[in-house]
Amino acid sequence: MNFFPDETGRMSQFDQSITDALIEQQSSIQAAWLATLEESGAVRGVRADELKKQTADFLKLFSEGVVESGGDYWGANGWAGTREFLEALSHSRALQGLDAQQTATFVFSLKRPLFDLLQRETSVPPASLVTQITLVSELLDMMGLHTVRTFQKARESVIKRQQEELLELSTPVVKLWDGVLALPMIGTLDSQRTQVVMESLLQRIVDTGSDIAIIDITGVPTVDTLVAQHLLKTVTAIRLMGADCIISGVRPQIAQTIVHLGLDLEGIVTKANLADAFALALRRSGLTVTKAS
Amino acid sequence: MNIKDQGTRPIVTEQDIVLARQACRKLAQDCGLRLVAQTKLVTAVSELARNMLVYGGGGDLHWEILEDGLRKGIRIIFHDEGPGIADLQLAMTDGWTSGNGLGLGLTGAKRLVNEFDIETAPGQGTRISITQWS
Amino acid sequence: MERIPILRMGEILLVTVQVEMHDQLALTLQEDLAERISATAARGVLIDISALEIVDSFIGRMIANISSLSRIMDAQTVLVGMQPAVAITLVELGLNLPGVATALNVDRGMKLLLDSAQRQ
Repeated sequence: MNFFPDETGRMSQFDQSITDALIEQQSSIQAAWLATLEESGAVRGVRADELKKQTADFLKLFSEGVVESGGDYWGANGWAGTREFLEALSHSRALQGLDAQQTATFVFSLKRPLFDLLQRETSVPPASLVTQITLVSELLDMMGLHTVRTFQKARESVIKRQQEELLELSTPVVKLWDGVLALPMIGTLDSQRTQVVMESLLQRIVDTGSDIAIIDITGVPTVDTLVAQHLLKTVTAIRLMGADCIISGVRPQIAQTIVHLGLDLEGIVTKANLADAFALALRRSGLTVTKAS
Repeated sequence: MNIKDQGTRPIVTEQDIVLARQACRKLAQDCGLRLVAQTKLVTAVSELARNMLVYGGGGDLHWEILEDGLRKGIRIIFHDEGPGIADLQLAMTDGWTSGNGLGLGLTGAKRLVNEFDIETAPGQGTRISITQWS
Repeated sequence: MERIPILRMGEILLVTVQVEMHDQLALTLQEDLAERISATAARGVLIDISALEIVDSFIGRMIANISSLSRIMDAQTVLVGMQPAVAITLVELGLNLPGVATALNVDRGMKLLLDSAQRQ
């Protein structure tokens, strides 16, 4: 007996009377399924009408799959519609914040109603009944596993997106004056974070039409080679775009690193702190600050 | 890692370089590559396709859409039956050129992508594979 | 033959690259510009590449060449409107275009050219 059927192992076929019963008794199966789902408590947070539609849609696809594939292995073409449906379901449940167990129960709770159906179909000889029950059971197991797998994938992509959003939020580009942007960087810089932050700075320069960008690294304790190189590349990229860049707040350790690495700082304007950098930016913009009285 | 889709296009005229750039831009967009990663890939394609045309006498550009877990990627393979490169180490030096280029084609393209692989020998042609991940 | 148009505004020549650059087009532009600078005695050249989605080493070299040859002919070149992704890519490629003046957009580029003309 092939427990995990694949392309190589064809499973035994569904009995015709079972296939017919699946189609004819769809609504009573649905009712029994909904009751099981309710009992399991796996559908909290899902609207009743939504659930009704989901179960109906799934049963329709399921019986179509049985007809088309004849109970053939889960990877068969006949199950493509069911697979897509389950993937979409996992996706929406993952986004709704339901857990993997609740999502898998949607499929597993169909076992009992289907077993009941098989037992009611007295036209099936008892010897064949065992095969049929195994068949249904295996099929639903595969579906459940597929659902969990997709659910996992969906959750991972949600987490990945959140990480990216967090990354972009963690270092905001601020406007200091008309035409002057500042990027105050705080904390340890890794290569990826530097890259994302620099890209958003460059985009903001275009969006706001700012001539001068100040990158303040007062809050950065150390930089490694890659980050230092990124910083220098950003300065060059800003120049290519037609704006000027000032780096402020270079700590002694970072200055040491840059010199030690032999990185070329020629043509790069550095200032001791953000205030000095801002004063320079204003001067370059042709502005002076005077006391009001 | 799975190959989801693939195709091949010839690079035999200068116009093919422009068409290859446009095709690769489209593929990179479909893969969900960020704009900067797209631009880097398309620029690398432009460099390598021109190299293949100028030094290899033209050849084929083969592309593959890859899927590896959550990330998607695009791999592009340039293959020509030209004279090949005798001194690969020298060819991979910034600023070195056998023609009248800037000598940034190979090394520059390598810096623009996540993965870069080259196989060549004199008289054996050149095969360069580049990959960019989302 | 396909050509990129060169507009004349007083003493300044304006080139707006709107089409996908191929190599021959870049070479033609370089030649055309040299001709026009000489014919019009232009003092400045503005190259607007805000519509360009990529600049590879060939186009980069063309820009550097235009900048050098216009300087020899007593005209200053300002490259304007380079997209962020293009700038990042060029730097990674190793093409920093030293000696090429840049500005954010055509307005600023124009101002830069007029200011430096006034100083002279």
